[in-house]
Amino acid sequence: MTHDKTIVYPYIPNSAPQTKAEMLRATGAKGTDDFYEDVPEKLRLRRKLNLPNPLLSEAALERHVRELLDKNETAVTHLNFLGAGCYQHHVPAVCDEVNQRGEFLTAYAGEPYDDHGRFQALFEYCSMMGDLLNMDVVNVPIYDGFQAAATAVRMASRLTGRYEALLPRTIMPGKLSKIRDYCKTDTTIRLVDTDTKTGQMDLESLQELISEETGTVYFDNPSYFGIIETQGQAISDIAHEHGALCVVGADPISLGVLTPPADYGADIVCGDIQPLGIPMNYGGGLAGFIASHDDERVVMEYPSRLFGIAPTRVPGEYGFGDVAYERTSFAIREEGKEWVGTAAALWGITAGVYLALMGPQGMADIGQSIMARARYAAMQLNKIPGVQAPLFEAPHFKEFVVNFDQAGISVAEINEALLARGIFGGKDLSHEFPHLAQSALYCVTEIHTQADIDHLARTIQEVLER
Amino acid sequence: MNSTITQQRYTNGKPNLRRFHQARWDEEIIYELNRPGQRGLLVPEVEEGIEAEVGDILATLPPAMRREEPPALPEIAQPQVVRHYFRLSQENLGADLNIDVGQGTCTMKHSPKINERLIRSPQVTAVHPLQDESTTQGILELMYRFEQILKEISGMDRFSLQPAAGSAAIYTNVAIIRAYHAARGELDQRDEVITTIFSHPSNAACAKTAGFKVITLYPDENGYPDLEALKAAVSQRTAALLITNPEDIGVFNPHIEEFVRIVHEAGGLCSYDQANANGILGITRARDAGFDLCHFNLHKTFSTPHGCGGPAAGASGVSAELARFLPTPTVEFDGERYYLDHDRPDSIGKMSPFYGVTPNIVRAYAWVMALGADGLREVAETAVLNNNYLLHKMLQIPGISAPYAPGKRRIEQVRYSWQELYEETGVHSEELGIRAADFGLHYWTSHHPFVVPEPNTLEPTESYTKEDLDEYAAVLAHIAEEARSNPERVKTAPHNSTVHSIDHEPLDDPAQWAVTWRAYLRKHRIES
Repeated sequence: MTHDKTIVYPYIPNSAPQTKAEMLRATGAKGTDDFYEDVPEKLRLRRKLNLPNPLLSEAALERHVRELLDKNETAVTHLNFLGAGCYQHHVPAVCDEVNQRGEFLTAYAGEPYDDHGRFQALFEYCSMMGDLLNMDVVNVPIYDGFQAAATAVRMASRLTGRYEALLPRTIMPGKLSKIRDYCKTDTTIRLVDTDTKTGQMDLESLQELISEETGTVYFDNPSYFGIIETQGQAISDIAHEHGALCVVGADPISLGVLTPPADYGADIVCGDIQPLGIPMNYGGGLAGFIASHDDERVVMEYPSRLFGIAPTRVPGEYGFGDVAYERTSFAIREEGKEWVGTAAALWGITAGVYLALMGPQGMADIGQSIMARARYAAMQLNKIPGVQAPLFEAPHFKEFVVNFDQAGISVAEINEALLARGIFGGKDLSHEFPHLAQSALYCVTEIHTQADIDHLARTIQEVLER
Repeated sequence: MNSTITQQRYTNGKPNLRRFHQARWDEEIIYELNRPGQRGLLVPEVEEGIEAEVGDILATLPPAMRREEPPALPEIAQPQVVRHYFRLSQENLGADLNIDVGQGTCTMKHSPKINERLIRSPQVTAVHPLQDESTTQGILELMYRFEQILKEISGMDRFSLQPAAGSAAIYTNVAIIRAYHAARGELDQRDEVITTIFSHPSNAACAKTAGFKVITLYPDENGYPDLEALKAAVSQRTAALLITNPEDIGVFNPHIEEFVRIVHEAGGLCSYDQANANGILGITRARDAGFDLCHFNLHKTFSTPHGCGGPAAGASGVSAELARFLPTPTVEFDGERYYLDHDRPDSIGKMSPFYGVTPNIVRAYAWVMALGADGLREVAETAVLNNNYLLHKMLQIPGISAPYAPGKRRIEQVRYSWQELYEETGVHSEELGIRAADFGLHYWTSHHPFVVPEPNTLEPTESYTKEDLDEYAAVLAHIAEEARSNPERVKTAPHNSTVHSIDHEPLDDPAQWAVTWRAYLRKHRIES
């Protein structure tokens, strides 16, 4: 096998020929092939991988990748009103700065001695989330809000010994797909109707469906359509009367102004922390949280890492470590709760930085700012002939459904026209929810100015008048 | 005779051990930095025009939904927030700082800085996943190209980049296996998954989570997965084999093709855990050994930084026969444009909200493009050379051994045993590891259960020099010697770390454990 050795790779120090020869001598091997003697000849790839030619210099590599990425348009060059699970909020510079510190960025799974910093930063993230949620237990982040919801449902199934979960019919379809797959093993998913006028849960439908088989009543607040569920206490009461647990998906950025789900009876709260200082990243900047009260039975059902505070042998020194590690698959493989592995810790640290910067006043301000701007946007759109916004009569947070049925033009056509004018219009709901006909889900956050919103309304009006 | 400072750093021609001391800021918990009234960040004020039209927005909330008490978050000005987190970062030993060969199975390698620059451009950070595909052609093309690269590296026919991590990819593959047997009407019958004890625990745990019974094979006397045990375990109930190769002890299973054949003959599928493929890139491929599925961890083999435990990224690869079950959507190319295919009726559905951990996909693509086919092979061969060099150095330390596969060389890592040293000194492997922190080094024992007694798993990837490996071995030799001469010094470690020996007892006591500051204050009756 000939194999060109003339290239010295900057990432591979021992690719320098003189070093390699010296090390080979020490091992007594004639060549690196000797190390693969257990790989049967039949399985050896005796040809070069057929890969694109490398860009050996950093300059050439950077140019190539940038040329690819430059084919993307962005929410910097365009005015963006898309949300639906990934949100354009302001990312504080301090969040980016901490996130890219090599000491955090390139660390992994060290002990609470050599990696004390990450243990403390994650403990603090969990602590600040706990205060936001009014709950005492918060996990080290898992992959995303979908996984958090799916795991929360299975936790509730195990805790109640009842393997049926009731979810609102208007749950985000992708999230429902994930929960259905994840619960296939042991939990049946049934859908509760929502009120056609308010979009909130239809309590009669819930009463009809709930039974002694039900272990979980789940809803998102705000819902997929941005609707604030105002019957939280009634829903959790119904769940509890039947011996079920109430699981609520929450948007953490809403909780400076909205009542935390624990206060209206939620037993487990879950969601995604992407809004807290994490860029959109084409949907690749997600991290899930699960929270509960500090009940031993519930704690023992978490699959994730839980970091706790502990004394060291030096008075006044904070130490940290894993809480109840023996419940995890790291400790007892398939006998553990679901599984634990590498997930999204650095986003947790980043979200912690965000909450530390914002403080109670910042969270109240941003919640109020988002609600006011979203409301203003709905009011402006509603003034346009043929447009109804919001479609549902309820208070909203950040997102709302806009209906264009009377405009005589489809959402797809409107969005195409908006794109041509530099605007990413709201998510087209006509495929996911055909009964809403030509409706779109618009997202407005603190980054949208009055001028942005007025521009959107003017542009939609122009498009409809065309 | 006075010597120079430089000369004083050597003894008998060898460098002295590093006099490391980690940062010890004795830093407060962030709540202790609370200074009421201070602000770390201001939010854009609502314009008067909006206020005039909207009025008191919070009045639109029914009282029960309006938060009464503000969250008890700390109030801290920006400089103090920055300082706090920078201090914590200094108290954390990233791979950028240390000779990170001690976290075996984790594939700690250099994460190139150019990739950090690339993923922090707005063309990645400020792209919304639901933008019209005409505005995301760049990222879609990159994902498509990266899939072609993974196909060639593994021999598989299709990949999904959607799994958020390695274990998520294992779960994805198990879900595909379940869908495959269900489509054939055999799921009720096929309820067992076979794995090996030296495969990652997530293989067993994900199979169980997906509803399968787990059969775990133990190694034969030479440390290879036991072929006879496999034959005894396989039956009409076998849904799949989930196996790592080389296993966590660094031994390549030479009978892997036979394992696959036996499971196939019984009607099961074979899934290759290639979380760590670092030692075999360009050497041998999953599909060529007959595997139906495999997965890669982009944060291991493909260099994306480990982020204190994520964000990670997984890639699930399958044969053509299984492609219809892959998560939705897939990335496609019609010769002119790249697009997402959501119309996949047999798919297992969505494994994550969108299309995967984009920044890590960009980093991994850039890493492969910096190396090419020759470079990937150089990665594998150098990682394996480094491992065998370190093996040679480590075995010179009295009290250590490398159990199994006697006399054989290893692939990319070794699970050593300090049993002999323990019997002689009473010092456990974990204690040696904590002492290693005093020299600025990580050290890892093993997954549980400890099949290898007093285990220590080392994986020197391609990123370390000969001198780095010499230093690591010299530190462990020093600690082993210390275990004999001054065991208390080892048992009371760490001495030079950020904090001292931790009392773990409260962490397992429900009355004392505290996962949040508020729980700590409540349980320990501290006035805030």
